[in-house]
Amino acid sequence: MPQIEVLSPLPGTFYRQASPDAAPYVIEGSRVHVGDVLGLVEVMKQFSEVNAEVDGVVTRIFVEDGDAVEPGQTLLYIEAP
Amino acid sequence: MKPDFDTLLVANRGEIAVRIIRAARELGLRTIAVFSDADAGSLPTQLADEAIHIGATPASKSYLNVDAILSAAKAAGAGAIHPGYGFLAENAAFADAVAAAGLVFVGPSAHAIRTMGDKAAARAAAQRAGVPTVPGSTGVVDSLDDAVRIAADIGYPIMIKASAGGGGRGIRVANDDAELRREMTTAQAEAKAAFGNGAVYLERFIRHARHIEVQILGDGKNVLHFFERECSLQRRRQKIWEEAPSAAIDTRTREAMCSSAVALARAVSYSGAGTLEYLYDDESQEFFFIEMNTRIQVEHPVTEMVTGVDLVKEMLRIAMGEQLRLTQGDICLRGTAIEVRINAENPAKNFAPCPGKVSSLRIPGGPGVRFDSMLFPGYVVPPFYDSLLGKLIVHDENRTAALDRLNRALRELDVEGLTTTKGLHQKLVLDPEVRLGKFDTSFLERWLASKPL
Repeated sequence: MPQIEVLSPLPGTFYRQASPDAAPYVIEGSRVHVGDVLGLVEVMKQFSEVNAEVDGVVTRIFVEDGDAVEPGQTLLYIEAP
Repeated sequence: MKPDFDTLLVANRGEIAVRIIRAARELGLRTIAVFSDADAGSLPTQLADEAIHIGATPASKSYLNVDAILSAAKAAGAGAIHPGYGFLAENAAFADAVAAAGLVFVGPSAHAIRTMGDKAAARAAAQRAGVPTVPGSTGVVDSLDDAVRIAADIGYPIMIKASAGGGGRGIRVANDDAELRREMTTAQAEAKAAFGNGAVYLERFIRHARHIEVQILGDGKNVLHFFERECSLQRRRQKIWEEAPSAAIDTRTREAMCSSAVALARAVSYSGAGTLEYLYDDESQEFFFIEMNTRIQVEHPVTEMVTGVDLVKEMLRIAMGEQLRLTQGDICLRGTAIEVRINAENPAKNFAPCPGKVSSLRIPGGPGVRFDSMLFPGYVVPPFYDSLLGKLIVHDENRTAALDRLNRALRELDVEGLTTTKGLHQKLVLDPEVRLGKFDTSFLERWLASKPL
């Protein structure tokens, strides 16, 4: 079963949830489908979604809510069936 | 008692931190910059007498971290804190915390921030001071007959706004009684469906609104105005081009608007720099107060250029306990100034942010040109904060000459390594309608939709 690396497309601040009070978009063990929101990257006050490009299960998450991220940095792994 | 301080902490970053450090140094103050992880080595940290690290990159952990800022002030022996704009500038709890720590907050009282920061309270204060506000219903309107009666007072065209709406959502417009009766029913049903609350209220609809604002300074007793700025060129409610004076209003309107601003600021015993925002109706030539900003604003330089007054220095003098040194008669309007915002955004790609490294930089100069910025060659613009890189300000004897000077200065400006909004301004400065000053707050978005960049 291949592990798919999900990389940050942009430099900025990564958010795992839509607002401080909201539940995270995904946690380790979450089942995701193509197009599902995995998190947000904020660049200069503009927000971009990071979407799943495969169906599968999130196996590891490497970033916390509010972490600074670089383009190409690994955000999480998805195990595709 | 006269507050006495010789050291100022600047609780901000970017171009405004640079601007405040410059003003403070000219007044002989020692300056303290604060910085996050991402801003180590930034221009304000280079220019200040001392720079103190206050936390991690996210603003919530640094520039919004009240405890870290107050600790830095204590450690550096600062007697006053200037908040700049954004971040903690209009946070009444921060103003209170600064005062409680025995320091001077360079700005109005926490009470003034609270009163004028609350839209309903500010509107009520304006009405008490005799300042016109956008005519509307007092609260929610339920029945069609009530709506028609109220509309007769307000005048058509009229807006039906959902109480639970906001940001332009849940608004319908009616031009006469028959339309109002029809649209009211639809608006109530839509509001119920969209927001789960069918309550609506009525407000005059201004078809061609300009955003015009009046700069004031107060010392707690006296208030002076520094004329107006025209800020109608906006995208998504963000100003990108500001000028002083407004080309749209005559001397009599200018005098009435500025006097009303002084009356309102005086009514709340305002201290420090403030801006009163108005909507100006191009058709009826009426103006209406909408809100007050209790801080120094991004676009303050255009006012400095046409009046010759250094607003940031005056703010610091007021914070030191000095009375206003000028009288209204000392403040004259000379020529026209225009400011354009150079942002790290790509106008051709829907203004996508473009952080990155400034590989080389050429700053425009010559007569009547000013560039307020934190850029230097080799600076890496971080992606974590806003996209403003600098403000290009020009001044000349009249608006046409100022436009030509702006066009010339934009050609000289060269920021290599990043995509900026310079190209957008080069097109706007040559646009026939912009040159005639014929625009309202919806002009730029229409213009962008019709002109591929």
